[in-house]
Amino acid sequence: MAGKTLYDKIWDAHVVRHNADGSVLLYIDRHLVHEVTSPQAFEGLRLAGRNLWRRSAVLAVADHNVPTTDRSAGIVDPVSRLQVQTLAANCRDFDITLFDMDDIRQGIVHVIGPEQGATLPGMTVVCGDSHTSTHGALGCLAFGIGTSEVEHVLATQTVVQHKAKTMLISVDGQVGPGVSAKDIILHIIGEIGTAGGTGYAIEFAGDAIRALSVEGRMTVCNMAIEAGARCGMVAVDDKTIEYVKGRPYAPKGELWDKAVAYWKTLHSDPDARFDKAVRIDAASIQPQVSWGTSPEMVAPVNGRVPDPAAETDPVKQRSVERALEYMGLEPGMPITEIKVDKVFIGSCTTSRIEDLRAAAAVIKGRRKADNVKQVLVVPGSGLVKRQAEEEGLHKIFIEAGFEWREPGCSMCLAMNADRLEPGERCASTSNRNFEGRQGQGGRTHLVSPAMAAAAAIAGHFVDVRNF
Amino acid sequence: MRAFTTLHGLVAPLDRANVDTDAIIPKQFLKSIKRTGFGPNLFDEWRYLDPWEPGVDNAKRRPNPDFVLNQPRYQGAEILLARQNFGCGSSREHAPWALADYGFRALIAPSFADIFYNNCTKNGLLPIVLSEEQVDQLFRETEATEGYRLYIDLPAQTVTTPSSEVFRFEIDEFRKHCLVNGLDEIGLTLEHADAIRAYEERRRQEAPWLFEA
Repeated sequence: MAGKTLYDKIWDAHVVRHNADGSVLLYIDRHLVHEVTSPQAFEGLRLAGRNLWRRSAVLAVADHNVPTTDRSAGIVDPVSRLQVQTLAANCRDFDITLFDMDDIRQGIVHVIGPEQGATLPGMTVVCGDSHTSTHGALGCLAFGIGTSEVEHVLATQTVVQHKAKTMLISVDGQVGPGVSAKDIILHIIGEIGTAGGTGYAIEFAGDAIRALSVEGRMTVCNMAIEAGARCGMVAVDDKTIEYVKGRPYAPKGELWDKAVAYWKTLHSDPDARFDKAVRIDAASIQPQVSWGTSPEMVAPVNGRVPDPAAETDPVKQRSVERALEYMGLEPGMPITEIKVDKVFIGSCTTSRIEDLRAAAAVIKGRRKADNVKQVLVVPGSGLVKRQAEEEGLHKIFIEAGFEWREPGCSMCLAMNADRLEPGERCASTSNRNFEGRQGQGGRTHLVSPAMAAAAAIAGHFVDVRNF
Repeated sequence: MRAFTTLHGLVAPLDRANVDTDAIIPKQFLKSIKRTGFGPNLFDEWRYLDPWEPGVDNAKRRPNPDFVLNQPRYQGAEILLARQNFGCGSSREHAPWALADYGFRALIAPSFADIFYNNCTKNGLLPIVLSEEQVDQLFRETEATEGYRLYIDLPAQTVTTPSSEVFRFEIDEFRKHCLVNGLDEIGLTLEHADAIRAYEERRRQEAPWLFEA
C-alpha cells in the first residue's frame, strides 16, 4: 500500500463519519471568524434556536472594515461600524473570544491565527475567507468556507466535505537573490493558471520551499486559492516547530512534547502518491509583476506586457484584450515603463515582520518619487506593528514619505476608507488584481514587498535586483 | 432553503472567463448584515455607468446598455450561461445571494471555483458543469435565438435544449438530495451529534492539546 500524503494524514485524523455519497463529516479544530462573512451565520443560529457546539474553538477579530488611521474616533462609515459592532455583539451573546479594535493582538485574521499559536500543525482550520489557505504553511489543513458553512461549523464543529485530489508542487533548487516567496507563488500561478489547482489540495515542497521561513511559506500558501486550490500546505519541519514554540495558544510543558512528537509525523511519506505533480525550477523564477486583471496574468519584471494578437485561444485572447483595456496598458510595452500612482504594502499575503523588513531594506535613506501620490504601509497586526517600531522600521518608512498605518485588510479590498480612485495605478503586495478590487476603476499590479517599495522610490516598476 | 426540482427558464449568456466574486458582488455591498437585497447590485460595476454611492436609488442609476443583463431580450432570465472558472476568488457567499436575489436559479459553465460551487448549493442555486463544447453550443444558440430557454431536470440530472437535445450533468448525491428537498444541512448533521461527541472523546485522548481551554 502506498504511503500517505500530508493531506491524507490530516484528513484521516478528522473524519467523524463517512456519508453514503462519499462525502465525510470533517471535524474542525479551529474556527476563525471575521465581521464580513459571519453576521448572517449568527442570525441563522438565532432563528433556528441553536447554540455553539464548542465555543473554545472559535476566535474572532474585526479586520476588513477597520480604519488604519487614528482609531480614537471609531469607524466613521456607519455601515462599516454596524458590521464591526454586530461582530462584537455576536461574540458577547455567544461568549466568543474577540480581539477588538483596541486590542494590540488585533490584526488580519490570517496573520493573528499563526501569530497567537491559535492555528497549529495538524489542525483543521476554517474561516469564512478564501485566504484561510495561508495557515497551511504550518502543516495544517486550512480552507475557506462560505457563510452557510460558517453557521454549520458554529453549530456542529464539522463541515461536510468531499476529499480533494492532491497536487505536489515542487520548487526545486534555490531562488536567486531578490526573489521572494511572493515571486515564487506568482510564478507558480502564472504557470498553472487560476484554475490549475481547482479541486486539488496543493502541497508545496522542494528545496526552495524548505528554504523559506514559515512567514514566507504563509505567503505561498495564502495564494493557493488564486491558483484555484482551497488549501495549500507545507510539511512540518524544525522551522515550523520553532515558529510555534512559546506562542500564547501553543501547548506548554508535557503537552508540548506530546504535540511535537505528533507534528513530526506531518509530512508526506516518501512513497505517497499525488494525483498530479508539478515541478518548478527555482532558479528560473524572476521578480514578478502582474499586468492584468487575474493573478495568472504575470510577467517577469524585465519582461513585457503581452500582445493579445499572439494568443490563439479566442476566449483567452478576449481576456487579454479586456485586461489591457481595463489596465490602460499597451501590448508589448516593457514592464519597467509602467508608472505607479500609489503603493500598498500589506494584506494577509505580505504584512508580517519579514515583509516589512524586506520593504524597509530596499528604501532606507531614500524618498518616494514625486509622481507617487501615496504609499501605505499597513502591518498585519498590532504585534507586528509594535515589533516593527521596536526595530525602527517605521522611521525608515516615514522618512521615505510612506504612511505608517494601523493593522487591517485595508487597501487589499478597500472595504474601509483606503482605496484607489478610478484609473489610479497601484503596486500592491496583496493577492488579487481583479477589476475594481482596490476601488472601482483602480488598476492593481501584484508584486513582492521589496518590489513595491522599490517602485515607490522609482515611480515605476524596477528590477529590485539592480536597485 | 428553496427546493430545486425542475426549471424551464430563459438563458442569459455572460461571455467572460474567470468571472470573480468581486465582479459578481463588489466589496462595498458586503457590509450588509442580511442575506437578501443584493440583487440590484449584482455585477454592479459592469451593469451601471455611474458608480454606486451610499444611499443611492439603484433604479435611478444609468444602466450600461452594453452589459448583457441590461439587454431587453434577457430580462427575466433565470439561467446564467458562463465560461470557465466562474466564481473564482473571494469566498463571499454574497455572490450566490446576489445571483439568487436577482432571480437566477441555475448557472451553467464548463467549470466553477470550488468554494463558490459549494456556496451555490447551500442557497438553492444549481451550478451545472457541462463540457466546453456543450457550453460553446449553448452560447451560440442563446445568442442566435431570442427567448432561448432551457429545461433543467435536477432529479434526472439533465439539461434539455429547445430542439430536444439532452445534456446530462453530474452532481453529488448529497447535494442533490438537499437541493431537491430544500433541506437544512445543519439539521441533518445534528442527527449525527453522537458521532461528533464520540470523535471528540477519542481525539481528546490522542491529541489533548487541541482541547485546552
